[in-house]
Amino acid sequence: MDRIEVSFILNGEAAKQSVPADARLLDMLRYDCDATGTKEGCGEGECGACTVLLDGLPVNSCLVPAFQVEGREIESVESTSAELAETMNAVGAAQCGACTPGIVMTTRWLAEHPDVLDQIPIRMFMAGNLCRCTGYDGVIEGVNRVLGRPGEEEV
Amino acid sequence: MEILIPKTLDEALALMAERGGELTPIAGGTDVLVSWHSREHESLKLLDLSRLGAELGSIRFSDEHLHLGALSTYWQAIDNAQVREEFPLLVAAAKEVGAIQIQTRGTWAGNIGNGSPAADGVPALLACDAVVVLSSKSETVEAPLHEFWTGYKQTVRQSDQLIVEIKVPRRDRDFQHWHKVGSRAAQAITKVGVAMAHDAEGWRIAANSVAPYVVRCRAVEKALDEGRKFGRPEDLEELLAADVAPIDDIRSTGEFRRKVLARIIYFGLAEPSIKPLADVGA
Repeated sequence: MDRIEVSFILNGEAAKQSVPADARLLDMLRYDCDATGTKEGCGEGECGACTVLLDGLPVNSCLVPAFQVEGREIESVESTSAELAETMNAVGAAQCGACTPGIVMTTRWLAEHPDVLDQIPIRMFMAGNLCRCTGYDGVIEGVNRVLGRPGEEEV
Repeated sequence: MEILIPKTLDEALALMAERGGELTPIAGGTDVLVSWHSREHESLKLLDLSRLGAELGSIRFSDEHLHLGALSTYWQAIDNAQVREEFPLLVAAAKEVGAIQIQTRGTWAGNIGNGSPAADGVPALLACDAVVVLSSKSETVEAPLHEFWTGYKQTVRQSDQLIVEIKVPRRDRDFQHWHKVGSRAAQAITKVGVAMAHDAEGWRIAANSVAPYVVRCRAVEKALDEGRKFGRPEDLEELLAADVAPIDDIRSTGEFRRKVLARIIYFGLAEPSIKPLADVGA
């Protein structure tokens, strides 16, 4: 496979990588950038475990070809505050942890864009992040805590 | 694998004129990259459209139309207050295409060009009488969306053409309904779905996952245009036999799809999911 050069900004710092032409953003992050916090779940855009922010929007990095990242800005879970993860952790938002980096990234975006909830309820908004352990109640509670909102039971 | 990365639409169209027959255009990648590891992709020749955002990436309004640039995404529509106000049917559909990670990458044009019979963005566009704008090096032409597909994943797009825009007429629509049936409430591929609209030009009923491509239900539309009332869903089932040809597959059965389609149309007519503007807040 031919290789391509890609220059981009990862978590605020300029980066340049030479990767196989068919690499996905997910592969480049994990194998070339040592950013292994981002996990591969399904590899088909269903589970959201590989969620990162691309130019400020949540995307599945398994569906983004590396060649499209040239000149663009990526934020991965490594740049998320420990406080956010701890807030979620404290209420049982994670069990096995495979989905957690993606859930943390989607939650972080939501915390930065809370107005979205005027249009889309939290559970529907989080539907792109599958979790097989928690039954979602812990995840939703964690999102509510991060947003500083009362939990569902208290509404 | 070969990747061609034009920087302008002119460059892209020149490449399509030369090699269009062998190139796969790629925008957000939400179809092309699914199960990338296990798919044969060594022989793919991709035409990357992602650098053409300045020319194809916007959503805008003219006097007559909403213009969805070929690279505009579901999220851009959801995030646009004017689109939300004038085209609630499109926004309702957009919100049910995957979840935000897909909505921020998937494009309306890609949904049309890929030609999946399950495409969730398409029924709403059909119900709103959308038109596909296709450009080649030599000319730009328009094709009504309802004439765009000719068979399973077969379209009227010529090998040297790219979809550059989708035009949706601005009209007063006094009835709009959208209903998707999947295995779960969210993030599921459609078993059967319908988008319905009524305006001065009549009824438009479009359904997905019930035929080789997303179709208009002409017999039902005609009956409604003639003022027919349906007393029970079974009457719609009879008409739909002429309109759709659902199959058994991994997600559902033909029989389920036909029966459910009749019911979601029937109950939609009684209680549309989108309230007419005049009723909002009443």
